[in-house]
Amino acid sequence: MSVHLILFLVFGAVCVAGAVNLLAQTHPINSALSLITVMAALAGEYLLLGAEFVAAVQVIVYAGAIMVLFVFTIMLLNAGVEERTKGSRVAVVIGIPGMLVGSLLVAWVVLRHSGTEAVAAGALPGAPKTIGMLLFHDFLLPFEITSILILIAIMGAVVLASKPAAPSGTTGKVQG
Amino acid sequence: MVPLSYYLVLSGILFACGVTGFLIKRNIIAIFMSIELMLNGVNLSFVAFAAHWHALAGQVFVFFVMVVAAAEAAVGLAIIISVYRTRETLNVDQVNLLKL
Amino acid sequence: MTQNPYLWLIPTLPLAGAAINGFLGRRSSKRAVTTIALAFSGLAFALALWIAVGFSSGAAPYIFNLAHWIRSGSFTVDFAFYLDQLSLVMLLVVTGVGFLIHIYSVGYMSEDPSYYRFFSYLNLFMFFMLTLVLANNYLMMFIGWEGVGLASYLLIGFWFTKDSAASAGKKAFIVNRIGDFGFLIALFLIIQHFGSLDFTKVFAQVQPIAPETAGAGFLTAIGLLLMVGACGKSAQIPLYVWLPDAMEGPTPVSALIHAATMVTAGVYMVSRSHVIFERAPMALTVVAVIGTLTAFFAATIGIAQTDIKKVLAYSTVSQLGYMFMACGVGAFSAGIFHLMTHAFFKGLLFLGAGSVIHAVGGEQDMRKMGGLRTYIPATFGTMLIATLAISGIPPFAGFWSKDEILWQAYQSNWVYWLIGLITAFITSFYMFRLLFMTFWGDYHGVQVDEHGHSSHSHDDHGHGEPHESPMVMLVPLMILAFLSFVGGLVGIGNHFQHFLDPVFGSGEAAHAGETAGRGVELLLMLVSVSLAALGAILAWVLYVSKPYLPQKIAAALNGFYTAVLNKYYVDEIYAALFVKPLIEGSTSILWQGVDRKVIDDAINDAADGARHVSDEVRHMQSGNLRSYAGWIAAGAACLIAYMIWRGVGQ
Repeated sequence: MSVHLILFLVFGAVCVAGAVNLLAQTHPINSALSLITVMAALAGEYLLLGAEFVAAVQVIVYAGAIMVLFVFTIMLLNAGVEERTKGSRVAVVIGIPGMLVGSLLVAWVVLRHSGTEAVAAGALPGAPKTIGMLLFHDFLLPFEITSILILIAIMGAVVLASKPAAPSGTTGKVQG
Repeated sequence: MVPLSYYLVLSGILFACGVTGFLIKRNIIAIFMSIELMLNGVNLSFVAFAAHWHALAGQVFVFFVMVVAAAEAAVGLAIIISVYRTRETLNVDQVNLLKL
Repeated sequence: MTQNPYLWLIPTLPLAGAAINGFLGRRSSKRAVTTIALAFSGLAFALALWIAVGFSSGAAPYIFNLAHWIRSGSFTVDFAFYLDQLSLVMLLVVTGVGFLIHIYSVGYMSEDPSYYRFFSYLNLFMFFMLTLVLANNYLMMFIGWEGVGLASYLLIGFWFTKDSAASAGKKAFIVNRIGDFGFLIALFLIIQHFGSLDFTKVFAQVQPIAPETAGAGFLTAIGLLLMVGACGKSAQIPLYVWLPDAMEGPTPVSALIHAATMVTAGVYMVSRSHVIFERAPMALTVVAVIGTLTAFFAATIGIAQTDIKKVLAYSTVSQLGYMFMACGVGAFSAGIFHLMTHAFFKGLLFLGAGSVIHAVGGEQDMRKMGGLRTYIPATFGTMLIATLAISGIPPFAGFWSKDEILWQAYQSNWVYWLIGLITAFITSFYMFRLLFMTFWGDYHGVQVDEHGHSSHSHDDHGHGEPHESPMVMLVPLMILAFLSFVGGLVGIGNHFQHFLDPVFGSGEAAHAGETAGRGVELLLMLVSVSLAALGAILAWVLYVSKPYLPQKIAAALNGFYTAVLNKYYVDEIYAALFVKPLIEGSTSILWQGVDRKVIDDAINDAADGARHVSDEVRHMQSGNLRSYAGWIAAGAACLIAYMIWRGVGQ
């Protein structure tokens, strides 16, 4: 029982607990906080795998920016406890079993084929420098495209979320 | 030494939780968060494989996934805000005008 | 045999005339239409004459091959024309009488608004009839056969705005089709047994086959089926019912198609196929029996009819029966001889009747005529000659041909002869009855003023009191009268029959007993002539000297008289037996049952099914986000399963 394994199990447990908690909580803010814990635990997992840069980015960007955005929105909209409405029987009746079947199948395949080769801790050091080299050499095009994507997202978000025009009668200015 | 399959199973569990959340939750923001959970699960898979096969491209891909997740979250939340403005509700069951 | 490369022009010239008049006639002047119609049919007649003049009688017929048609393995059929003595005779009759009737129609139809259409159809008929007569094979003959049926339909229903005319046209066509069905099956049998439809090939193969005296073999089947076709086209029992109704058409049509030419197509076809019939004695007997019965039956109906054209129609059926009787006893050349003379005097009778109808302003009921011989003497003269001819009074044409038939019938079986004799008596009676009712006594008709209408105005041309027809109508009458007078003389000394010998071979019984039965022949001649004279005298008594008698006799024989007057209710019987069940069956079974329930419902149910399915499926589009997610999850699971199954995970 190596330290590696123990750490993996600890972080893994935290992940799963957070995920389950996300499902169980009724108020979205609680779900958001659970998601943050999941992300933190995942950052730990990444470190175990030697992906330092990714772990850092996970904490900074994902947990630090995206989740903060979520929390802001929840507060802005004054989201309350979720009401239990009877929306769709299909989702529960067909969706859940479908999801279970899918997951189990994948799990079965994975377990059958991946064997017991181990991944050493820190097997592949993901130093920022090497990743940077990859980003700007081999993956330059996707990198540039994502920057455009971000630009578009910013513009979209601004337009979509801005307040409607001054109440002088023009309708349909910002309609979702 | 942790076998690869453990990581993949963990990733699968996270993904399954995400899908379940998507199916069960009625608050639209919670549904969005489930989506983020799914993406995280996938990220874990990528990193695990990258370590297993010694291919750093896997981590680069995680980077891109995060960028896309960020963009998606931004735009998605903006949409949620507009929907809230018009429909006055965050309950996804009540936003069902697009039916046949 | 004279080679004549212009043989194919004879049918095609009238076709060209029909096309020109048909497409351009509506906007052309009447004069132009007349010129085209007369020119093309006249040219055809001239060509026929020229061929006849240069005709050298050889043993082999002349075949002119125009073009290939069907080449299917070993089965070939060509557009080819066949000229021998028989087709030469038919050719002259068709083109000659046809041309005369064209001339007559110029006057008769001069006031009809569809003048051009009439001549177009008439030329079209000539084309088909000539194709039939000159055909080299059964299939070409069948084209002509069907085509004359079509032309007959078009011309009977010429005044198609009248319900009765349209129905008569339909009836003619449908009854003809029944006969054509028999003909077609006979063709199939011929193809099956002989592998070809060419006359020369088929007859060469039939020649060595022994006659089927023991039982009914395939030759008998072919013969009987051919006879079915002939019954339809030539109006024999049981398919004669269309001919009286066909009188709805204009009188020149009745003259040309339903007297002189189309209805004789059956006789021609049977004569052409004599090789087959001679080897199928049962079929030949059937032909003779049908012919004899029809001759008698139709004659009895003719006694009581009051419409002048209907009398002539039943007379035609009766005379055709004579022709079939002749063919049935093996005397094919006698049948063709009678065909020729009949074309002359029956054509004349119809054209004369048309002249009479024209004179009295469209009236066709003989009871409203009478005493017309002072008003229309020329017509009267020609009609008298025709009546003498048809009654078989020497030296007019009918005597020679009818007597030849009776003599041949006597030699085969005296029953045929007896019935034929009685029928001759009846024929003479009703023909003279027609003559006396129309031309003797007082005029019972209405005085018609300018362009007025009398009750039966089918062909309405009346102006004032009965007046003679114009020369353009009288000249054909006179020509036909002349032919009815001299036309039979070619039969003296059996010249006509000898002319046709190369066609019919010397298998006729006549030649064997030619000189031997001379005395008996003369005796029989005497008997038939005296009976004809007796019929004429009886008609005189009943309709001229004692005109009150017919009513008394009719009252005395009341039941029988009504039956005869109503044509023995044959039309009603057919309607009840065939037409009504057919209509009922079609309506309830085929229309309601099959068309509506099976076909329509199948389509409707398919559409409904599609609608129901989509009604169910559309619930997927619920607008609810979570249900979409549910479906996606399920779908993803299916895809994953499929991929694993396919070995992606392998």
